[in-house]
Amino acid sequence: MVADNEQYLSVRLSKVAVSETHGEDSPYFAGWKAYDENPYDELCDSSGVIQMGLAENQVSFDLVEKYLEKHSANMGKETSSFRENALFQDYHGLKSFRKAMASFMEQIRGGRAKFDPDKIVITAGATAANELLTFILADPGDALLIPTPYYPGFDRDLRWRTGVNIIPIHCKSSNNFEITQESLESAYDEAESKNVKVRGVLITNPSNPLGATITRTVVEGILEFVTRKNIHLVSDEIYSGSAFSSDEFVSVSEILEARKYQDSERVHIVYSLSKDLGLPGFRVGTIYSYNDHVVKTARRMSSFTLISSQTQQLIASLLSDRKFTENYIKTNRERLKKRQQMIVSGLENSGIQCLKGNAGLFCWMNLSPLLEECTKEQELDLWKLILNEVKLNISPGSSCHCSEPGWFRVCFANMSERTLDVALKRIHGFIISRKFMKRIDGE
Amino acid sequence: MELKGSSNLSKLATGNDHGENSLYFEGWKAYDNDPFHPTRNPKGVIQMGLSENQLSVELIEDWIKKNPGASICTPEGILAFKDIANFQDYHGLPEFRNAVAKFMWKVRGGLAGFDPERIVMAGGATGASELLMFCLADPGDGFLVPSPCYPAFDRDLRWRTGVQLLYVNCKSSNNFQLTQQSLENAYENARKANIKVKGLIIANPSNPLGTTMDKATFKMLVKFINDKKIHLVCDEIYSATVFCGPKLVSVSEIIEEMECDRDLIHIVYSLSKDMGLPGFRVGIVYSYNDKVVSCARKMSSFGLISSQTQYFLASMLSDEEFVEKYLSESAIRLANQHDLFTRGLDEVGIKCLESNAGLYVWMDLRPLLKEATFEGEMDLWRVIISDVKLNVSPGSSFHCHEPGWFRVCFANMDIKTMRIALGRIRKFVVQENDQVRQVKKQKKTSEGHLTLNFSSQMYDETWVVSSPRLLSPRSPLPQSPLLRART
Repeated sequence: MVADNEQYLSVRLSKVAVSETHGEDSPYFAGWKAYDENPYDELCDSSGVIQMGLAENQVSFDLVEKYLEKHSANMGKETSSFRENALFQDYHGLKSFRKAMASFMEQIRGGRAKFDPDKIVITAGATAANELLTFILADPGDALLIPTPYYPGFDRDLRWRTGVNIIPIHCKSSNNFEITQESLESAYDEAESKNVKVRGVLITNPSNPLGATITRTVVEGILEFVTRKNIHLVSDEIYSGSAFSSDEFVSVSEILEARKYQDSERVHIVYSLSKDLGLPGFRVGTIYSYNDHVVKTARRMSSFTLISSQTQQLIASLLSDRKFTENYIKTNRERLKKRQQMIVSGLENSGIQCLKGNAGLFCWMNLSPLLEECTKEQELDLWKLILNEVKLNISPGSSCHCSEPGWFRVCFANMSERTLDVALKRIHGFIISRKFMKRIDGE
Repeated sequence: MELKGSSNLSKLATGNDHGENSLYFEGWKAYDNDPFHPTRNPKGVIQMGLSENQLSVELIEDWIKKNPGASICTPEGILAFKDIANFQDYHGLPEFRNAVAKFMWKVRGGLAGFDPERIVMAGGATGASELLMFCLADPGDGFLVPSPCYPAFDRDLRWRTGVQLLYVNCKSSNNFQLTQQSLENAYENARKANIKVKGLIIANPSNPLGTTMDKATFKMLVKFINDKKIHLVCDEIYSATVFCGPKLVSVSEIIEEMECDRDLIHIVYSLSKDMGLPGFRVGIVYSYNDKVVSCARKMSSFGLISSQTQYFLASMLSDEEFVEKYLSESAIRLANQHDLFTRGLDEVGIKCLESNAGLYVWMDLRPLLKEATFEGEMDLWRVIISDVKLNVSPGSSFHCHEPGWFRVCFANMDIKTMRIALGRIRKFVVQENDQVRQVKKQKKTSEGHLTLNFSSQMYDETWVVSSPRLLSPRSPLPQSPLLRART
């Protein structure tokens, strides 16, 4: 019998409030704390922690800055429309903003898909967009199937307040973590065996944390699967502008367009400017749905999470400048590719392999050879070692629900090349010393 | 098997709890289809259903012109762009939180301090109130709400949270004041229906009443929630719209003056009404409960305020001179507008609940009802929309227990438009009076008749201000004690 006092305390807040589903006790976040306490300082080449756990894009920021410097004199003139903008709280969002977003999304896909501004719903970031879609597509107790490894934040974003479950679609390194029909069926069967209703599949394409695009064949396979099961497909494409080559990224939108939108009401796309444009502070997220009822409902729900009209106006200006956007998309891709090549070859020199990647702000590094036993516990021990001794914050695969221990996500776009170089040297030093230690132990 | 339209969506998505089928929105549709414009559509519907503060925007515009560095898009501000655009920490910019805490303190006459560490961001007050429900109540739990209340509470507090709203009906006989008896009754009814009451939410100043809660009632209320060990959420989004005495008594002040479990006290704030910036989506959750602050902060990830906007507001709200000037000038303009409107209504015999705050009045049209029922209210409302061409909000959409009351907004228009609205009301009342006179030909009683006692020229649509009673926003007004207290 719980003591009155405890019972009294525990009933005062909601179950949602006292649950741990916010996920902040995971190592994904613990590493951040270590970084916060002792951050690396490039200027004095300190021994602080280098943050490699944060998927941010700072490689192309100068392009945005240059654009603003050139146009800022005009943008300052927004005071003349300040009143209108400050009063604008219509949940449809500024038409100019939606048009600019639609156009930007089209350009990223090389014009292979068209986007209708009236199907764009605005939300404060992709975090809100994913949660909102979950509220609309699933009831509490239902499930979404998500391929592993996946973005750790999904545990909170999709489950916490919605009461919806995530059932993993287990992917294996033996076939480069590809999403197979078997793995889809297996996840679906797992749900059925638990008497849980599956409402949809959610993919991230390009993938976080794999740093790779999903091939056309696989996207088509997933589409076929969801159609057969009569469930939804959410495609989180927030890294679409960070694919190193436009041709290698195949969005579900272009497949649908090629099919003249047949049976497309089950497909919904999430987009954001936090990664591609490096503007996470502005909270610019969108939902694009081919389902009118979803658009209508999402729009109503977006009242809880609209984008600041001030920011909508800024982004509308920025993204409706075709010269800027074309140059940005192209240059950003080139720089990310170069950066990725730098880290992948640097790691190779240390004998570390990464999954072959072609997108994103991170690579998926395989440190399983360093584990004596391939267990989650050993992975976490290694992670702690790297954090505390090598002073690098990287993300352990277990926090991404990877079914095979030993994989780590390492971000490379949130620092200068110099800092990346320092990080690579530290890793190199660490690997050498481990090999040396192993040799000593072995003797 | 084909997925069509709304099949295969959640119960949330297919239900009606989004609330948009309520009448509150029907009037808006009428306005959207035929919006008033002084030159382009002078016979269109005048929007008096939108509670917006448009009277003092140019004070902000002037400030912006003088402070270009507050915008990260100007040559003066651009150096801050990179760091600000990158800043997504859900704690919020420290300078933003500090500025908001200070602003809240100023608005409350410096009577209670606010700790910036307790300030949590949300997507407007809409996001803030929903967020608190998620933190404080489980699906199926109940929250007491005094009525009449803000219509969108139905959506904001219930839709995704599954929380039930239990209305505490307030009566015109005591000016819709909350009484201990009504609270106890509501709580008891909930208990009988097996609903777990988790808290009470009030709006202070009240929407739609436009009144602030007096100290005695407030203390009664705080004692009530303490005794019952339930939460108290105070929606104070209209706190700076108090334009005359009595001054606002915030919950932050009350808890300094009486024994109270502070873990039960939470405030919703926003800049949408006080500063007329609804587009910027500045919602704030302020809680005295550490666990709630912690939980709310994590949840704020779903509705953070754009860092661009945080930066701008941090700059503007920490300009103390500007804030003082804005608050006092805004109150003066609201007082003027309120005065103009209520006197105009009074001239045609229409009474409003006496109010000291808000961007609207709570108008008593019971004498105009053909029958004292909600059907009668609906009929009258339809006539006002279609014939008088004013979008006003019927009391039933505020869950008012008595028919015949309407909320009418006055701060979202200029004086010219208001005079046009008053002119239309006058014409309508004259018409109604004629009709009533015809129907009640035999009766001699003057009860329920709205009489005219002024020159019929006064509210002609082309009439120019010359009466000393009708003041322009910039003419000096004797300062109310409220304003004096701030300086």
